[in-house]
Amino acid sequence: MSEPTLHSTIWQETPEPDNPFATQVARCHGYDVYGQMLGQARWVDMVYLLLTGQAPAPLQARVLETLAVALANPGPRDPMVHAAMCAGIGGTPAAAGLMAALAVGAGQSGGARDVYLAMHAWQGARALPADAPLSQWLETLLAVHAPAWLGPRDAGWPTAEHPAGLDPHSPVTATIVRQSLALLSEAGPCTQRLHEHIDTLCAQAGMGLTLVAVAAAVMTDLGLSPAQGEMLHLLLRLPGAAAHALEQASQGFKRFPYPPVNLLDDPLHQGTTS
Amino acid sequence: MTPDSPPSAAPPSAAHPLLAHTGAQPTRVGAAFPGQRAVFRGRDLHRDLRDHHWLGLCALAVFGREVPKAQLDFFDSIWVWTSYPDLRLWNNRIAALAGTTRSTANLGLSAAEAMSEATIFGRGNEYRAMDFLIKVQQRVQAGEPLAEVLTRFLADGGRLAGYGRPISTVDERMPLTLAKARELGLDQGPHLALAWAIDDYFAQQGKPLRLNLGGLVSAFAADFGWSPREFTMFLFPAFLAGMHPCYLEALELPAGARFAMRCDDVAYEGVAPRPWPPAA
Repeated sequence: MSEPTLHSTIWQETPEPDNPFATQVARCHGYDVYGQMLGQARWVDMVYLLLTGQAPAPLQARVLETLAVALANPGPRDPMVHAAMCAGIGGTPAAAGLMAALAVGAGQSGGARDVYLAMHAWQGARALPADAPLSQWLETLLAVHAPAWLGPRDAGWPTAEHPAGLDPHSPVTATIVRQSLALLSEAGPCTQRLHEHIDTLCAQAGMGLTLVAVAAAVMTDLGLSPAQGEMLHLLLRLPGAAAHALEQASQGFKRFPYPPVNLLDDPLHQGTTS
Repeated sequence: MTPDSPPSAAPPSAAHPLLAHTGAQPTRVGAAFPGQRAVFRGRDLHRDLRDHHWLGLCALAVFGREVPKAQLDFFDSIWVWTSYPDLRLWNNRIAALAGTTRSTANLGLSAAEAMSEATIFGRGNEYRAMDFLIKVQQRVQAGEPLAEVLTRFLADGGRLAGYGRPISTVDERMPLTLAKARELGLDQGPHLALAWAIDDYFAQQGKPLRLNLGGLVSAFAADFGWSPREFTMFLFPAFLAGMHPCYLEALELPAGARFAMRCDDVAYEGVAPRPWPPAA
């Protein structure tokens, strides 16, 4: 009976002659990682290569690098980072902090699932005829994902409450989003068009644009699938989560907010503050 | 906010809708009053619920109401016969791999549980299976013939959950589950009948889509009046007991021994070697 074998088009390792578990040469999509890439390739080159199987063109690498900086830290107010800080403050293992960040940062409102859905919308927008009216483009991007039958990737997700990539609470697009979009508009036609029509799109939706929308447009222009974009968004937002978790761990729990709750269903006292 | 103030769902509204949600957090689900008491969904945890069975408490947490004992007993039994400490199962494998790298048990088990929300097994499968059965039932009740509903579902690219099984075509847990349901008087619901009618339809069509355990338990949950979200949350610990042994046994082996793979165990099927940097 033959041994179980793992199949991969990504990674190839040649063993050392005297140790079948030690790697002499590791190739990623054909490139010698430690013999040639190390010292020459940037981190974004490697990430793009791993996801797509191709080395990025200079423009793609520059755009991905810019996007990575834009997404690196959602800041301590963000639920994803908040989750990581809870792990830090409690002294749980480092991985628990990042797992917490990933679980929360996976969400459909501002998280990786939002990116996934926005990229699906972009796929629809890109499939429109070149002479399709702007209204059709807007309608495609602003559609809310509500399948009649749940697909394999729909299970468990709450019903979508707003068009992907938009802020359901405000018609204002934050300056940092506009700054990111302006700088990244060179990524390709999706990002460029988003930059060109941001005000029309937001006015029609009555909602501001978020970094999710920018990331989704950029990743679509980079040639990533929605599933790849979802994964990359999770990955790129981890550095901030890690840093803030460590910061809170060093500060101690007494300086971490523990807000009062207004208990609305208390068998003892109505409206007790804890 | 003072203890005498009347409760309210949110502070007065302001310009930005989230401003009403800053500061004190209104909640109906409970709170801990350290050194005094704890409230759990409107009941004093240590006074009103101290003799509650843990599974019943979990059900109260999910459903916000007491769940009939027969329904709890039913799933308690199903969880016994779905607890397979087989280290090859994908979720159990996470626990085993965490053991082999000497990670912590909680990290390994938490990740294994998270992974149990899969598409082709576990929570993702049951969620969709239940959603499917409820929607089909609604359409059949509205007068659409079952065959038409199913034909159109498949023609529209619908991907079926709750039917078929990724590894085996025979599910040894089905007879146990059906026997337990009969014993508890839970086997007369309309969604269960529908699940079998769908199974019959696919059998007649010669399709390899037979009702599996995920579909079967989803039918029971629908008959209990649960929603897919309630069901998936209630089922959270379903595979847990099979995971612990996988972690522990990996710890007993040398580090890295569980699922050890040589370089040659990976069959590379990608492009041939090429130089970096790539040609412009």
